[in-house]
Amino acid sequence: MSDRDALEAGSQPPLLYPPYKSTVKRAPTQPLIVIPERFASLATPVYGYLPIGETDNDLTRQHDGEPQGERIIVAGRVVDEDGRAVPHTLVELWQCNAAGRYRHAKDNHPAPIDPNFSGAGRAITDAEGRYRFVTIKPGAYPWGNHDNAWRPAHLHFSLFGHSIATRLVTQMYFPNDPLCAWDPMFQSVRDPRAQQRLVSRFDLSLTEPNWALGYRFDIILRGRDSTPFEARV
Amino acid sequence: MSEPQEPLIASASQTVGPFFHVGPGASDRCGVLAAPGIPGERIRLRIRVLDGDGAPVDDAMVEIRQADAKGAYAPPPAGPEDPPPAFAGFGRLSTSKDGDCCFETIRPGAPAESAGAAHVTVCLFMRGLLRHLYTRIYFPGDPALDRDPILSLVPAERRPTLLAQRAADGATWDFVVRLQGERETVFFDV
Repeated sequence: MSDRDALEAGSQPPLLYPPYKSTVKRAPTQPLIVIPERFASLATPVYGYLPIGETDNDLTRQHDGEPQGERIIVAGRVVDEDGRAVPHTLVELWQCNAAGRYRHAKDNHPAPIDPNFSGAGRAITDAEGRYRFVTIKPGAYPWGNHDNAWRPAHLHFSLFGHSIATRLVTQMYFPNDPLCAWDPMFQSVRDPRAQQRLVSRFDLSLTEPNWALGYRFDIILRGRDSTPFEARV
Repeated sequence: MSEPQEPLIASASQTVGPFFHVGPGASDRCGVLAAPGIPGERIRLRIRVLDGDGAPVDDAMVEIRQADAKGAYAPPPAGPEDPPPAFAGFGRLSTSKDGDCCFETIRPGAPAESAGAAHVTVCLFMRGLLRHLYTRIYFPGDPALDRDPILSLVPAERRPTLLAQRAADGATWDFVVRLQGERETVFFDV
């Protein structure tokens, strides 16, 4: 499915979405120029060379002490639109702390900084496209978009995949969060199925007894395999 | 023969937001693409981002991808333990308060596998972009511009928005991204 088709189906957000005010001065006004698929091979290399350190996928072990908050496990698979694994690709995650504060100079939300939480992690998918993070559940926080605006609790994800067309920056939300109904970022995705794709699922099988709740978040990158269907396993 | 299956719905894009510096924007080493010894003409590529008011965008994340001096792209890593190539051709920086960032790299060669002109691909992420944007930087004076298959898709009057300008020092190339306005940069759907 091309980007335009996806837009028509409401499964990708539009560039201009006035309820999210920052789009108004930043969304291009001219139509995008479509690069035909036959030029896809011209499109550039992949990326995934940053070395991964031992605690990069465990945001609770990056400091001397443990961060405050509800410890969680977030894991899933990265696959293409045919459900085929995307192996060995970089997954980057960043988030605010349990109180809803980012460790960032521009975040002036009056909630405490946690000295034991940086809020950034990285992982590489395995041969089956699986990744896994240990972190703490982020808090909701206010923002200035509209009166009494609050972002639902979310994790930011960045993925590369295996071509330039698969590059993805997205956000993961938590199940049954009432704030999603008023969040212009979440609501910019109109297709309810595509919305649900951004919501993680509580997963008892990922949950570790006496230690941490598990949330499953599968990520589907654009692109389909070109092999004929009958040749597929 | 089995029936073709419905494709899965791809995960929707969401904005990178204003706080990406704690995560993917934290790595300032990604501003230097070419270590000493990499063959090619050394250049500085300065990219400036302006919003619809012409104001500098001080919270953009800019990624570039490019071929080496011979026009070849780095091969993908074979696995997690695969060492990075000498020239990966990837850079990532955050814009400054002036809305710019500067990559130290080499001038790319004309693509080895096509008739196109030498170029650098740019991906832009920022607060206010629900999907990231793609554009391309070309170098003026390149005779291959006239036969570049992607540039030929662009209306002639808008092609200058894709050209870098050589600065007075001769080694720096400036490229201005205008998100809106009369000289709005051309963006691509890939």
